[in-house]
Amino acid sequence: MIRLEKLNKSYPMADAPVHVLRDLDLFVAEGEYAAIMGSSGSGKSTLLNVLGLLDRYDSGSYTLGDTLIRDVSEREAARLRNQYIGFVFQSFHLLPFKTATENVALPLYYAGVPRRRRNELALQMLERVGLRERADHLPNQLSGGQKQRVAIARALVTKPRLVLADEPTGALDSQTSNDIMDLLASVNADGMTVLVVTHEHDVAAKMRRVIHLVDGRIASDRIQVPS
Amino acid sequence: MSLDAWQELFERLDRSRLRTGLTMFSVAWGILMLVMLLAAGRGLENNVRWQFRDDAINSIWLWPGRTAVPWEGHPVGRALSFDNDDIDAIRAMPDVGALTGRFRIWDDFAISWGDRRGDFSVRAVHPDHQVLEGTVITSGRYIDDLDLAEKRKVAVIGDEVSSQLFRGEDPIGERIAIGGITYTVVGVFFDDGGPGETELIYVPITTAQLAYGGGRRVHQIMFTVGDMTVAQSEALTDQVRGQLARAHDFDPDDARALRVRNNLEQFQQVNQMFEWIGAFVWVVGVGTVLAGAVGVSNILLVSVKERTAELGLRKAIGATPGSLVAMVLQEAVVLTSVAGYAGLVLGVALVEIVAASLPENEYVRDPSVDLGVLGAAVVLLVVLGTLAGLVPALRAASIDPINALRDG
Ligand SMILES: Nc1ncnc2c1ncn2[C@@H]1O[C@H](COP(=O)(O)OP(=O)(O)OP(=O)(O)O)[C@@H](O)[C@H]1O
Ligand SMILES: [Mg+2]
Repeated sequence: MIRLEKLNKSYPMADAPVHVLRDLDLFVAEGEYAAIMGSSGSGKSTLLNVLGLLDRYDSGSYTLGDTLIRDVSEREAARLRNQYIGFVFQSFHLLPFKTATENVALPLYYAGVPRRRRNELALQMLERVGLRERADHLPNQLSGGQKQRVAIARALVTKPRLVLADEPTGALDSQTSNDIMDLLASVNADGMTVLVVTHEHDVAAKMRRVIHLVDGRIASDRIQVPS
Repeated sequence: MSLDAWQELFERLDRSRLRTGLTMFSVAWGILMLVMLLAAGRGLENNVRWQFRDDAINSIWLWPGRTAVPWEGHPVGRALSFDNDDIDAIRAMPDVGALTGRFRIWDDFAISWGDRRGDFSVRAVHPDHQVLEGTVITSGRYIDDLDLAEKRKVAVIGDEVSSQLFRGEDPIGERIAIGGITYTVVGVFFDDGGPGETELIYVPITTAQLAYGGGRRVHQIMFTVGDMTVAQSEALTDQVRGQLARAHDFDPDDARALRVRNNLEQFQQVNQMFEWIGAFVWVVGVGTVLAGAVGVSNILLVSVKERTAELGLRKAIGATPGSLVAMVLQEAVVLTSVAGYAGLVLGVALVEIVAASLPENEYVRDPSVDLGVLGAAVVLLVVLGTLAGLVPALRAASIDPINALRDG
């Protein structure tokens, strides 16, 4: 699914460029369920952004599926994101003026799916995350956990092969966090590759693989039995 | 644009109703002002053209004056006068169109038909006077060459004269007395030039010269010059001036000896003035419209800035930069064209109302806006809308989703 070889990424700064990802080698197989951990500033979000085609890298290579990601146009990147990748964010990023259904259906709009079909799929997805009865609610009528469920439904609605979540439980209490992680685990059980950036050991403990970043390098990469 | 794009647009506009309303108002106002200014300019222009309406625009009028420059032994202050030979000489010149002299009858003659009397001016003229004055015959005929050749005592009377003397009876063939001499009425005319121009009687110039002791004298000469440019008409004027100077022994450069009015030149000056007014109106009007467009551009920039997170998210889930450009441009074009169209309709309606209720006055006449101008304004709007949307649209397209979605 994902293959990184000697991948480097730095941000040009006034005095010296900040070297954020250093010679990363990483292979993630289809269907994996992995946590990316590391202290603040270790490059977790940057890695996720590169994997999610939201950011470019400087050298090395990144292959997503069969596609070598290098010099892809913004347009092409948008298409790949829409088709292959679902994003989940710490602060949900639902559009406040759209109902749950409309939020979930939005990626399908950019995929060119007709309206009726969009709504069908969005409702199915809401059903899947247990929020069928909140379909017509606006985000500010939902709890944090419910918002994240809607966001996950949105990430899943195009049936992507890769789900990238950057601290999806960062804004939630521990009970709600557990629910969300259970949901992501079930998503993974359906066959999607799921990568979750997290600070929380409880969260990482539920995953089958934990990749540890220190200063932009992989310090450890363990396979474990989920708790 | 898909139905969804439209729906999104309307929802978005609805969410920022006040801002949208104010922006649209400023665009509509700009167009309204443009329309009003154009109509006012047109009204002024119509008025001046109207004032020029009754006389031939391409005409040159000549009066004899007094010499102000000594010439070949002649003293200054010598009064000049035209005569029939001058008429013949000018008529012989190429490019001279219709030509007439005027012989003025100074005495305050009473004019009568039977026991009805009236007080009217009499002009003794050549047949071409009809062309120069824009006289319209409503019944009978105008003075012709035969009248002049035979010095016939015939008269063509204005319809004001006709209604005052004949009061509805048919004047053709009736005999009226002008200073004791009897003329047969052969025609009745109308003239656009106002009431004064129809309280007039025209008689053959040769008849008047004979009857009132004028000899061969002519008081004024007028002729048309075809479709000449101003420069050509001035060259012809110089030629005529030279001819008259030779015939009457005065310095051709003596402006006081011969007084000239070149209507073509005057008309041209007026036209030029209206070109300036027109240009001014466009500059002011387009400036106002431009201000509206800049307003649209501005609120779209604000809107794009406010929606940074939303636009970043849209990009992350698959919106192409092109789709965001289209989204903002659509909003810009819709805002400007809908508002502009409203301004246009309102402006035209207002112009119509003003035009309909405007009392007769000296300054404006028939203010109106023509369709070509309106079409241009609509095109201008769409172009401006697109231009107005361009900067915010490119800004939207260049949003970096990572920055836009940064948590916390
Ligand atoms: N746009 C940028 N320009 C310059 N430096 C940046 C930029 N984005 C990130 N960095 C730097 O890159 C490093 C890695 O940032 P990143 O956001 O990937 O860290 P992180 O591991 O996600 O941290 P956190 O746990 O706090 O979210 C940091 O030192 C950060 O300051
Ligand atoms: Mg981070």
